[in-house]
Amino acid sequence: MLKLDKTEIWLVVSALVLLASAFLLPNWLTFILTLALAKALVVQGVVIQMRAGLVSFGQGLFFCIGGYSVGMGGAFLNIHDAFVLVALGVAASVGVAAILGLLMTRYRDIFFAMLSLALSMILYGLIVKNQALGSTDGFNVHDVSFLGWMPAGEDQKLVIFVLTVIVAGGIAIALNRYMKSGLGGVNEAIKENEIRVEFLGLSPRWILYANYLFAAGISAVGGAFTALATGHVDPEMAFWTTSGEFVFIALLGGTSHVAAPFIAAVLFALVRTYALELAPHSWQMILGFVLLAIIVFLPKGLWSLVAGKRRAAA
Amino acid sequence: MSTILETRGLNRSFGAVTAARELNVKIESGEVVGVIGSNGAGKTTFINMVTGYLPPSSGEILFEGKSIVGKSTREIIRNGMTRSFQVAQLFPEMTVLDNLLIALVAAEGPRPSFLGGLRSRSRIARADEILEEFAVQQYRNAIVSAVPQGARKLIDIAMALIGKPRMLLLDEPTSGVSVEEKFPLMDTVMLAVRRHKVTVLFVEHDMEIVERYVSRVLAFYSGEIISDGVPAKVFGDAKVQELVIGHGHGRKTEDKERSAA
Amino acid sequence: MTTLYAILIDGMIYASWLFMVAAGLTVIYGVMRILNMAHGSFYSIGAYTGASLVGWYFSGAQGAPYWSYALLLGAALVSGVVVGLLIEQGLLQFMYKRDEILMVIVTYALLLILEDATKLIFGVDPYFTFQPYSLLGRSEIGELTFANYDLALIAVAAVIGAACWLTLNRTHTGKVLRAVIQDREIAIAMGVNVKLMFAATFVVGTTLGAIAGALTAPAISVSPGIGVEVIVLAFAVVVVGGLGSIEGAIVGALLVGITRAAAVHLAPQIELFVIYGVMALVLAVRPQGLFGRDLARKI
Repeated sequence: MLKLDKTEIWLVVSALVLLASAFLLPNWLTFILTLALAKALVVQGVVIQMRAGLVSFGQGLFFCIGGYSVGMGGAFLNIHDAFVLVALGVAASVGVAAILGLLMTRYRDIFFAMLSLALSMILYGLIVKNQALGSTDGFNVHDVSFLGWMPAGEDQKLVIFVLTVIVAGGIAIALNRYMKSGLGGVNEAIKENEIRVEFLGLSPRWILYANYLFAAGISAVGGAFTALATGHVDPEMAFWTTSGEFVFIALLGGTSHVAAPFIAAVLFALVRTYALELAPHSWQMILGFVLLAIIVFLPKGLWSLVAGKRRAAA
Repeated sequence: MSTILETRGLNRSFGAVTAARELNVKIESGEVVGVIGSNGAGKTTFINMVTGYLPPSSGEILFEGKSIVGKSTREIIRNGMTRSFQVAQLFPEMTVLDNLLIALVAAEGPRPSFLGGLRSRSRIARADEILEEFAVQQYRNAIVSAVPQGARKLIDIAMALIGKPRMLLLDEPTSGVSVEEKFPLMDTVMLAVRRHKVTVLFVEHDMEIVERYVSRVLAFYSGEIISDGVPAKVFGDAKVQELVIGHGHGRKTEDKERSAA
Repeated sequence: MTTLYAILIDGMIYASWLFMVAAGLTVIYGVMRILNMAHGSFYSIGAYTGASLVGWYFSGAQGAPYWSYALLLGAALVSGVVVGLLIEQGLLQFMYKRDEILMVIVTYALLLILEDATKLIFGVDPYFTFQPYSLLGRSEIGELTFANYDLALIAVAAVIGAACWLTLNRTHTGKVLRAVIQDREIAIAMGVNVKLMFAATFVVGTTLGAIAGALTAPAISVSPGIGVEVIVLAFAVVVVGGLGSIEGAIVGALLVGITRAAAVHLAPQIELFVIYGVMALVLAVRPQGLFGRDLARKI
């Protein structure tokens, strides 16, 4: 039933390599990889929508809901199971998206971008002024258990890494299917000519709505794993510059392959680790120039380098 | 023969301007009806109302006996009436094949699956048949934006026919197409239309095309139908000669495109 | 009653500030269809140059303190014009044919660059230049006291608003600009030098941003990140009023300003929420903004 295509086999192999390497890599590196993969899931949320022509400058909204659900579930609802907490984040996020999506799907282009930004800033504004949620400092996430098992200290980090890899791998396969499906094709069609899609008897709005919910769900997974890994959440998660970073990584990788956001996110995280040390005040500037270079020279993202080489070789 | 489309007392005004006045039309299934009239005569308004793009101010539109007023464009399409466009509406950065595959996906139902692949063997086989039917095989793997105007028009019409409509509205099928291309293009289209047994309503500026391909003509002037009948009768009508053909005939294709844009 | 006055006056002050911040953004969008994400950076550049120049003036020079206002404005003019021109000529002019949404991303890249450039030039320590602010003293209105500097900002905002409106509606240049806004292609065909118009518009827009920054500098601590915070507020104002409309920016600023002042006095925990709430609400009901033109859709 589940026959894997070439991309999916590669995804599984990469996931296995990552899992095996968990025991070899230094702790700081697995930590960075965990955060990068979690972030990549949010970027996938941006990419899903980008493929249909919408740029979300507010994906941080769902990233934040995912993260805060984990934190608040532990602090206020006394839930300590990681799986339940992640599920809680996804449910909360998709629930919010189900309502906001009705509004959002009426907008395109810069209006979609601006409204998504505004909505995430609303959440930011609410959290910043809320003392119970630690205001601008955020708060710490309680220790979690995994189906009753509670590993200690560094082991917990490792478990979270393993979980992140597995979940990210699973989501990647699902996204790959989606991308190559009939509906995936229609998504690109919406980006290119929405009116034609409508005159083929399809509802672009319904498709965009489904994307919005799906994107919200996986962004929340990303936020939840970020919260679990760092043990902390703060309102920055919903601030618009966080969302800007997701857009940046999405453009860096490009939208043409499901692996692109993962590679771009890992690259981004590694480069940042060094850049922040070497040149703390020019990191953003480097990002800016890279972004301009991508727009001008590689409009389909870094992935086009890989794809281009392959085509030249074939 | 049965009536496929009927309008009763259809009116539409934009502010003080009346774009459609008391339109009563009955189209029998299997007819090929040409709609003529100079710019602003109300052709486009008529087509837009019939396709659900524009709601009428008053009046009734019956498609196969059922009212379609207030229905969305999408519902009307799903009910069996599709349209082509004056400027071909395609997915410009995709290949011609992918354009057809998307249309095939859409034809399968209003909620496409996210599981099966887009490029399934059966869909590709079907797309290849269509490419052949419309004589555009050589563009199969070309990106649409690199395909000539005439072929784009054909693909646009092919996509409108994929959903197996019972009625097709052609919006200036030969505008933007060169003089040498226009007859072969119309021959291909009419062949396909007959094979699919589709009733056709088409708007056209080019009187040569209208005369050659339609079985009946509706001549519009200032929001009203001033003549309705076989081409010989309508073109022989003095009023039509003066008000419609005098305006619309003999202008170059480029002019038409510009004034319509 | 006192609270009502406080809300109104605070709201007016805040609205004037918002309008100054948003004016440049709406001018640039109105003419060029570029939603300039880097607008906040021009605000921060203006604030930094203003603050450092005035700081230098008060620490060493022997002039009358009132000259510091001229220095603030001068700093804003020079930095806004120079940086604006540099960016328009060096980057944006090559991208005018691109999508609106792509331009958002281009200007986002610009924002990232300018943010760090500001840090590299001015350092990361905050600048305080309160002298021009305290120089004007305070006045009492009923039981409330207000800084005269803040009240003067209302006048400045009014002057800026009037100047923008008059230029656009009562001068020859304005007529040409409106032609460009209506239909770029036709304007070019009519012989309008659209390139020049664009360059000028961009520079005017960035300079307006810099002026807002310079005039705000004495009232705040000028530190990294002020531009990033300001840009979303400016978006809110402009989106509420309608992208590209000066009248809209005025109404948007008043609406957002007074709503926020009301929130500050009545329910401080929703202060930020209301700003974006108003924005989201207007977008939901009237996406083109209160004064925006209708969005036409055609086949």
